[in-house]
Amino acid sequence: MKQVANKDAVLRISSDEKWINESDIAMQTNESDGYALEEALRIKEAKGEGEVIVCTLGPQGAKSVIKDALARGADRAIHVITDNSNRLSPFQVATAIVDAIRDENADLVLTGLQSDDASYGQTGVILAEHLGIPHATIVIEVDRSSLNGSIRIKRELESGWYQWFNYKLPALLTIQSGISQIRYASLKGIMAAKKKEVRDVTPSIADFPSAQTIQKVYMPLKTKQTQILGDGDAKKGAAELVEKLKTEVRVI
Amino acid sequence: MILVFIEHKNCVLNKTSLEAITAAQNIAKALSLKVTVVIPCDKDCLLAQEIAGYDLEKVIVAKNEKLGTYTPDGYADAWEQVIKATNPQYVVMAHTYQVRDFAPKVAARLGREVVGDCIRYRAENGKLVLSRRMFLGKLDADITVGGEPPYFITFQSGAFRGDNAAKGSAATETMDVTVGDIRMTPEEPFQEAKASVDLTKSAVIVAVGRGIKSQENIALAQQLADVLGADLAASRPICDADWLPIDRQIGSSGQTVAPKLYIALGISGAIQHIVGMKNAGTIVAINKDAEAPIFDIADYGIVGDLFEAVPVMIEEIKKAKG
Repeated sequence: MKQVANKDAVLRISSDEKWINESDIAMQTNESDGYALEEALRIKEAKGEGEVIVCTLGPQGAKSVIKDALARGADRAIHVITDNSNRLSPFQVATAIVDAIRDENADLVLTGLQSDDASYGQTGVILAEHLGIPHATIVIEVDRSSLNGSIRIKRELESGWYQWFNYKLPALLTIQSGISQIRYASLKGIMAAKKKEVRDVTPSIADFPSAQTIQKVYMPLKTKQTQILGDGDAKKGAAELVEKLKTEVRVI
Repeated sequence: MILVFIEHKNCVLNKTSLEAITAAQNIAKALSLKVTVVIPCDKDCLLAQEIAGYDLEKVIVAKNEKLGTYTPDGYADAWEQVIKATNPQYVVMAHTYQVRDFAPKVAARLGREVVGDCIRYRAENGKLVLSRRMFLGKLDADITVGGEPPYFITFQSGAFRGDNAAKGSAATETMDVTVGDIRMTPEEPFQEAKASVDLTKSAVIVAVGRGIKSQENIALAQQLADVLGADLAASRPICDADWLPIDRQIGSSGQTVAPKLYIALGISGAIQHIVGMKNAGTIVAINKDAEAPIFDIADYGIVGDLFEAVPVMIEEIKKAKG
């Protein structure tokens, strides 16, 4: 699970123009990662046994993601502590996470579909390749009754198409937002979270020569000159518009 | 050389692959490279002849009986071999759901990663600088890639036009590839029971947002769509309220479209919506709020009440069509 800028936060570009200034804005758990946790909890409940371990990579401030996940019902947590996570490429992030979780030998690894900040959309898939397990992306339903050394999942395809796949475990799934309703943390859950184990890991992150590097972030370019029609008279504007659609856009 | 992925289902082309061809042809021109395309298939793909009608050096059908149905394991094995046999500088693909599923796996296996969902590029000193959206579309970023080729790039749907792909004639070749264990078993793809609309193919779209005010008023937008021969679409709040089904939703959580004409009725233009329609050929915005961000990307704007404007438009269009 990743900590990202709050969806409604007003973003300001950092002084080096390579990221945003995160020091003075609200942060939150990445949306699809929240759904991944929810699905993990529901799978455990359906199975009636098992353990849900949550893992995040990020600075100390990302502990709030862990606390929240533990309060919702995760059993324990691993925090891969990095101060420069927004400078790491997806390959480096995935490698650091693999090092931290490999010995857990998880039956299922769930991640969000992509992050709402960098949106690389590949950390999960690289994780699976490094762990040597099969993966499915954009999973929108899990057949929780299918769990028995294997799992049946529904992938979202384009244009309203879907497809079920069967996987032998272990496997990795990247979860689409909206797969189920996310639960709230109960007061009991919040209290219980304080006693749960959080393992801090300090990774050694090697240089990755083939990394993609953000050179500059900037406001999207405005490319259009807008013709305002009707001078505030909507009916007049409508008549002018139809004329434009006929003579300039040529759709009529 | 640039390798381009041709996506298909049972030898029926996914049109975004033509956008990938256009992108690769443009990059090839800028960097003095040639373009070869790869079609994974379980037979001598029926698409090969059609694709060979484009200006390409070669069409490679990567053939194995296990490639009849898409699986990430099968495609990753096939791609790994094609890349090792051909040594491309760049691998260019359209940023489809299928590509998002297997491309990062292929790249990771070769010790690479994917620069995904790019919207444009420029060539600098013989290498590419790629631009992509970040932070839910609120910011753009320029990206460079280090290390040795191949470099993996995917382009957002609509970043290039498929009908701009240059025609020509290419040699076709079959490459038998080996595919190892497929660790997943696919069932048949299906559509959900509700009627599903593919708005990505629409030439004209009339879209409604919060400004439409009530479900009853959607009929007015439908009338406008009907006289224009357009498809009806919506921003997220309309679909969340169930005034229109989710398959009509445009934006980051819905469909990404690039019609010839997009008419936004009562849509303020939140970035999550704009990322789904900004590549429309012509954008018309009708909104009461002169400050609405939708006017930033509109070609034509009417600042005013859509309930006054739309009935006049319907009448005028009927007249114009005689």
